[in-house]
Amino acid sequence: MLVYLLRRLAQSVFVLIAMMIVVFFGVYMIGNPVDILISPDATPAEIEETMARFGFDQPVYIQFLKFVGNALQGDLGRSFVHGEPAVQLILSYMPATLELAALGLLFSVAIGVPLGVYAGYKADRWQGRAIMTGSIFGFSLPNFWVGMLFILIFAVQLQWLPSTGRGDTVEVLGMRLSIFSSNGLQYMILPALTLALYKASLVTRLARAGTQEALTQDYVKFARAKGVSETRILFVHVLKNIMIPIITVLGLELGSMIAFAVVTETVFAWPGMGKLLIDSITTLDRPVIVAYLMLTVIIFIVINFTVDVIYTLLDPRVRVKGEAA
Amino acid sequence: MSVLELRDLQTHFFTDAGVVKAVDGVSFSLDEGEVLGLVGESGSGKSVTGFSILRLVDPPGRVVGGQINFRGQDLAALPEREMRALRGNKIAMIFQDPMMTLNPVLKIETQMVEAVRAHEKVSHAAARDRAISALDKVGIPSPAERLAAYPHQFSGGMRQRVAIAIALLNGPDLIVADEPTTALDVTIQSQILAEVQELARDTGTALIWITHDLAVVAGLADKISVMYAGRIVESGPTDAVLTAPGHPYTAGLLGSIPGHGRRGERLTQIPGMAPNMAHMPQGCAFGPRCPHVSDTCRGSAPQITDYGTGRGLRCHHPILAAEGAA
Repeated sequence: MLVYLLRRLAQSVFVLIAMMIVVFFGVYMIGNPVDILISPDATPAEIEETMARFGFDQPVYIQFLKFVGNALQGDLGRSFVHGEPAVQLILSYMPATLELAALGLLFSVAIGVPLGVYAGYKADRWQGRAIMTGSIFGFSLPNFWVGMLFILIFAVQLQWLPSTGRGDTVEVLGMRLSIFSSNGLQYMILPALTLALYKASLVTRLARAGTQEALTQDYVKFARAKGVSETRILFVHVLKNIMIPIITVLGLELGSMIAFAVVTETVFAWPGMGKLLIDSITTLDRPVIVAYLMLTVIIFIVINFTVDVIYTLLDPRVRVKGEAA
Repeated sequence: MSVLELRDLQTHFFTDAGVVKAVDGVSFSLDEGEVLGLVGESGSGKSVTGFSILRLVDPPGRVVGGQINFRGQDLAALPEREMRALRGNKIAMIFQDPMMTLNPVLKIETQMVEAVRAHEKVSHAAARDRAISALDKVGIPSPAERLAAYPHQFSGGMRQRVAIAIALLNGPDLIVADEPTTALDVTIQSQILAEVQELARDTGTALIWITHDLAVVAGLADKISVMYAGRIVESGPTDAVLTAPGHPYTAGLLGSIPGHGRRGERLTQIPGMAPNMAHMPQGCAFGPRCPHVSDTCRGSAPQITDYGTGRGLRCHHPILAAEGAA
């Protein structure tokens, strides 16, 4: 198990290095931040002076090595716009996005798994077909449109839930979170549902396919021969077997949910990392963009790692193989 | 008293290629503590018969006719809820492949305790105790510790023992065993056979042992029913059927078993192969493979005929009768 984890860790380091190269050169190819940082009527001397202050007068590879050196010490540069260290800036926006993604994930599992298992159980009946047809909408409706539709129905027409903003926050472990205050939670429901819709459809389809396959297995027939109820067969025997592919996909999707909640956050004016990214792109705030992308990579690595650990908890067979390795 | 009586059981599969009569009019009865060997080739309908008794035939298959009288109740007409209450409780089943029958991600304890608690309102601890004694009965060492294990931590033979222990949990009146030793080593096979025989004798449980192996039932079964193409072609007390087979098919099966007394002799084989169940031959289903086939056989399918002392034969030209005449 330890050897396996170490090997995974080494792989992650390579991914990080590769990402550093791609991100740095990619972002530094576009635009000239100096144009935005200083007023258009600045003198050439002032421009020179600014360039030198930010280190733009150095050759690219020197800039890169400096970037890597700083990055290794946890310093990904200082935001041109906010003047704060980029990492700190992003981290201050992160809790809002994390809690939104967490609630979105919860919704997608809570909606997708029961629907999918049921659709798999009733695969040839109208119930199963209806769920599958419904999931196509979940896949194909664009996020921003669903968000606006939700606002229109639940905030404007029915006035059940607030439309935009974040609501009350409570400080938990040094982070300001909405999820633990009832007012804040109300603000989260619509954006989280919007975010969850696509994933819920995905989970539904995965759960359905898994259930259909599992139901033909001998262990299901044997459980029936034991007189175990259909409910227990579905939600104990089948569910535990189909959770492995679902967790895999959800793990990856959680990463994309955190990293790319951009559209949903914009529609609901949710002050998270996605909104910060959009703002930083429009102002060409390079350090923030780079730091954001690097953090995204780290998030994906951490999640993949966690998923692997969860596997071993879900599937006893993996546990043994890991111990043997 | 009879525990189970099948009368003219019909289980058909409604496939795109047409209706397949996998079980076409099977009848037999079984007394308390009696062991019936249900013998036949692959595809003869013997397993489907077993699953029909528990009403566990997968679609597109369906029990379409006949009676399954279990202790006076017709299972074929029983509502699903009451049927579930019988399964694993009064009628248990053991499957062919022990590698597939236990759920790989659930502990043995979970899988055994749920089998008890599906039928009785008992505490987890009480159900667990019963599981331990059942495992002990089938010869699994240190059963209390083994409960915490997962199926993959057991060998094939051990898994089948666990499956048998599960079948025994609620003290059933009838166990349907669908080729439970086919996937096991010969040494394990004989151990399990001996154990099951002893358990059935001790508890008075009636047993249907489905197999393609006549050698297996020879030492185990009280009586034998031989199936061919969805029908029973010969039935009777084990000794009588094995020493003097009446149906050419049974004789063919016996002739293809290698034995001690037959060293150097050529093994006979039954020519041809089992018929395609969607396109059955005219007349007797065994006709095209039978050495004694006549025009009568091609013209009409034989009916089952009672030859006394529990023997029944479905043949126009039984070997039995030929010998009697000679």
